[in-house]
Amino acid sequence: MSERFVTRGFVGKRQDAGTAANRIPPGQHLVKDFPVLSAGPTPRTDLRTWSFRVEGLVKEPAQWTWDEFGKLPAQEFVKDISCVTKWTKLDTRWRGVSADVLLEHVELDGRARFVVAFSDGGYTTNLPLPDVINGQAFVAYEYDGKPLAPEHGGPARLVVPHLYFWKSAKWVRGLRLIERDEPGFWESLGYNNHGDPWKEERYSGD
Amino acid sequence: MKRTLEWQIATVKAIRQETANVKTLTLALLKWVPHRPGQHYDIRLTAEDGYSAQRSYSIGSEPERHGEIDITVERIRDGEVSPFLDDVVVVGDRFEVRGPIGGYFVWEASDGGPLLLVAGGSGIVPLMAMARHRAAVGATVPARLLYSSRNFDDIIYRADLDALAKRDGLQVFHTLTRSQPEGWQGFARRIDDRMVAEVNKPFGPKAQVFICGPTALVETAADAAEAAGVAAERIKTERFGPTGA
Repeated sequence: MSERFVTRGFVGKRQDAGTAANRIPPGQHLVKDFPVLSAGPTPRTDLRTWSFRVEGLVKEPAQWTWDEFGKLPAQEFVKDISCVTKWTKLDTRWRGVSADVLLEHVELDGRARFVVAFSDGGYTTNLPLPDVINGQAFVAYEYDGKPLAPEHGGPARLVVPHLYFWKSAKWVRGLRLIERDEPGFWESLGYNNHGDPWKEERYSGD
Repeated sequence: MKRTLEWQIATVKAIRQETANVKTLTLALLKWVPHRPGQHYDIRLTAEDGYSAQRSYSIGSEPERHGEIDITVERIRDGEVSPFLDDVVVVGDRFEVRGPIGGYFVWEASDGGPLLLVAGGSGIVPLMAMARHRAAVGATVPARLLYSSRNFDDIIYRADLDALAKRDGLQVFHTLTRSQPEGWQGFARRIDDRMVAEVNKPFGPKAQVFICGPTALVETAADAAEAAGVAAERIKTERFGPTGA
């Protein structure tokens, strides 16, 4: 990107952002609602058959039923989230289990470098392992004090708030540790492989 | 799709009022490339002081129209970009765009059918690109559109849809959820399971389904298509609503 091309007559409504302006990544705008974006029908999984797995390059995979997952140490997370479709929502409040807690239950193979999150409905998204650990990612089952609604990814979704929100896989059922990066669903369809909103990594080549 | 999407300057070539609060802007692009129907462009507007805003807009035109694209913009009250595009922009104005973007919610004639399109309000835009493409290439893929609008005067592309129905065999089913003109023959309620099943009846589980509109409509129509026997992987959805402000 070189010189910005000024649009005749455009002023903008930056007062919307107010004092939070420095929390809104470039090209994003603030929303108060919580838009729903999905590529297909909302899957509805019976909690009796739901499970969550950590698998791949680990010594022994770990797996939890819904009840077991609910007994894992949970935390509250208050995070700003940004969707590649240009909206940013501040101070979203979640409850769930840190990816660090989940990874404590397995012994990682030294070759593990990347993580693929996989979901009901076949959705996948890929993340470098360093973006998943150290308190940066969690599996949420409550939003704003209530069970996470199916259209927002319930019963449980991955949340990786420092990356564009397509990385926060809805209806997540597990994490697979891998050695070589594998593009996920949107990453294979023209979207950026990494997705850092502060670097505007929206599309391939950004 | 590994190429970098570069920003380019689009020139507004024509403006057409579609309904009271919806306009179509025809943008001439020097670095035009054919899009896949269903894709969108990003628009970036920049103020004198460098402040800029971006939004995504679906392409409403068919890729067979070379050198230009149509975007159709619904004016969102209290919005930042859509009121600017509605009030300020005139033919000859220029702003930055990049695209086409999106590789999933797309349909090309070679993908076959039968095709069930379900739209609510301005969610018609990417589906219109599919319907126009189908007509432009003379495809005989059976296609049905179920389109929900509030009132008769809110139907976007009404005349164009009539023409596609008359000339190109697109079967159009309107529903009007708020008010209906005298003698209205179409549906007169929100899209529900029964309506989707009725419109999809000749296609059954073979339908390829594209749904675009407000969240509640998308959720309802997608569930209804599944209930009608269409496999989830044949149902593609896109939300289109006030977030595009």
